[in-house]
Amino acid sequence: MSAVHGKEPVAVVGVGQTHHTSARHDVSIAGLVREAAHRALVDASMTWADVDAVVIGKAPDFFEGVMMPELYLADALGAVGKPVMRVHTAGSVGGSTALVATSLVAARVHRTVLTLAFEKQSESNAMWGLSLPVPFQQPLLAGAGGFFAPHVRAYMRRTGAPDTVGALVAYKDRRNALRNPYAHLHEKDITLEKVRSSPMLWDPIRYSETCPSSDGACAMVLTDEAGGRRAPGPVAWVHGGAMRSEPTMFAGKDFVSPRAGRDCAADVYRQAGITDPRRQIDAVEMYVPFSWYEPMWLENLGFAQEGEGWKLTESGVTELDGDLPVNPSGGVLSTNPIGASGMIRFAEAALQVRGTAGGHQVDGARLALGHAYGGGSQFFAMWVVGSGHPGE
Amino acid sequence: MPEPLTASLVVEFPFTRSLGPVQSAFLTGLRERTVLGVRTGDGRVLVPPVEYDPVTAQELRDLVEVGTTGTVTTWAWNPSPRPQQPMSTPFAWVLVRLDGADTALLHVLDAPGPEAVRTGMRVRVRWAERRTGAVTDIACFEPAGDGTAAAAARAAAHTGAFTEPVTGITVPARLEYTYAPGRAQSRYLAGLAERRTLGERCPSCRKVYVPPRGACPTCGVATEEQVEVGPRGTVTTYCIVNIKAKGLDIEVPYVYAHIALDGAGLALHGRIGGIPYDQVRMGLRVEPVWTSDGRYPDHYRPTGEPDADYDTYKELL
Repeated sequence: MSAVHGKEPVAVVGVGQTHHTSARHDVSIAGLVREAAHRALVDASMTWADVDAVVIGKAPDFFEGVMMPELYLADALGAVGKPVMRVHTAGSVGGSTALVATSLVAARVHRTVLTLAFEKQSESNAMWGLSLPVPFQQPLLAGAGGFFAPHVRAYMRRTGAPDTVGALVAYKDRRNALRNPYAHLHEKDITLEKVRSSPMLWDPIRYSETCPSSDGACAMVLTDEAGGRRAPGPVAWVHGGAMRSEPTMFAGKDFVSPRAGRDCAADVYRQAGITDPRRQIDAVEMYVPFSWYEPMWLENLGFAQEGEGWKLTESGVTELDGDLPVNPSGGVLSTNPIGASGMIRFAEAALQVRGTAGGHQVDGARLALGHAYGGGSQFFAMWVVGSGHPGE
Repeated sequence: MPEPLTASLVVEFPFTRSLGPVQSAFLTGLRERTVLGVRTGDGRVLVPPVEYDPVTAQELRDLVEVGTTGTVTTWAWNPSPRPQQPMSTPFAWVLVRLDGADTALLHVLDAPGPEAVRTGMRVRVRWAERRTGAVTDIACFEPAGDGTAAAAARAAAHTGAFTEPVTGITVPARLEYTYAPGRAQSRYLAGLAERRTLGERCPSCRKVYVPPRGACPTCGVATEEQVEVGPRGTVTTYCIVNIKAKGLDIEVPYVYAHIALDGAGLALHGRIGGIPYDQVRMGLRVEPVWTSDGRYPDHYRPTGEPDADYDTYKELL
């Protein structure tokens, strides 16, 4: 028995999601988060009384116009009389939220924590929320896709990647989404040709290579070693978790492969004892809001040498039946309730190693990476989860 | 040194709310002059109703109708109403426990002065003439006289079903700020007014920030030495924008580019003109084009110089 030495091992024993879609006009924000939380509790064979604390995350309050919505969600999340904490790190928030919850268990502050992230984009307009006109400043001339498109072009120039790679990612992720009943986009008649001929919005990014705008929530139940050992269902054990940040812009910033992302990956691999992620990790859920970010993050996360990420995508390695499946769930390209998107990555990684991913299960997945990023490629959050106990 | 600038900033948006079953019934009820509450697991009646039990976390759906008279449980006098508050004349903010309810509702009381208000006084709903399914369908409360005190009505079960229920509402939000961009940007803007681009050099890493932020984010030290950069620069990367951005009066397609001005340690953003959009390329040499009234260059155009070599700007991508 390790007694109180070192960190408490943390187990994911429950996962719940809403059926993500463009607008859930039938539920309030409270009703939306409740669905995900309830499904996570059912998955964990627990009740509200088993939860000691709630850690909740979402993207900017402007996205719904409810300031500090976590305060009014306590009833819906069974949190009255318990600690509730809100996390906010832009688009990476779902990942950061899960990591804060993990820390509370690892530090033995709480035994069982419900963590949840959501966005109800239909209540507002995220593009408006992200482009408030600030006095004296030049307006951003291009919107969110236009912010990232020049970095994609820089990646293509740096690596010599052919301009056909982005469409392959979108085609793969949309097909994977067809196997995931919770995904927002279910484009049953998707073809590579349709992706390639979709309108060019922010050249080099086409419409079909961008993420949708979704209403949705995702929740997980995390518990301690004893809880993980006695859980009636399959368990995902947390083998490592890390966050890093850097400024939006600074002299020397590498937008194609930000240092904060590289450092974050190195930290999480060190914790998990991973020396060769390409061989040791069985499935990856990474935050890819625009198709080209798959090859970019493959390099940033150490799955490929610099300049080689696109070759993994092009050769089919990242397909569901490839030897490094990326975004078997369909990813952010198929589902994007912004604040929840990072937690969905983390939760889908957990589903893979629990063997409960259903139609998009990667056969025999034992170790999976969940990845999220946000802001101007400035906040990073990652975890590695495994089917085996981290000490064994 | 110029004085730091300030400007007003108004942020407003008509947010929409999906009400869900309980709030939908509550607001539709108000439209029909009916006040609904919800009964909790321990038998209490909450008004306004909530979707989940604050004690047990169970889903609550047992709606009940409560009275339109009630008792003030506490209050605060508001002598000078602000725009968009429920009344334009002085009023009392009140918490009212309606007959049959166990919790109090926040609203306003129309009273001639604070001497006319007391905790425990009896009040009744004054309905708005035009009701839409909003909490403002209760125009306000008004004194009811103590003769109504005996009417301790029991809450009666209600299905919550109405014809043409309200399922969503629009909630305009408006925030007014005084925005101050700070000394560094004020210095920068003063330079731009003379059509000079003034960056600031970090005393530690020697890199030049454009626009200056007043400090180097890498070294964490203040930047004070001004350095004139440009006016010419190099397109480091770009995209071609094919969809019109809201509120921007620019014909598509156009090129949105990152431009490293000569001498700058990082690229700034601008539009490229004076060249067909499909001929813009990384490494293109450009210069600013000003209009008479612009605070910033309207766009950048080719200088006609040979393209910059990739190695000269690849660290700025």
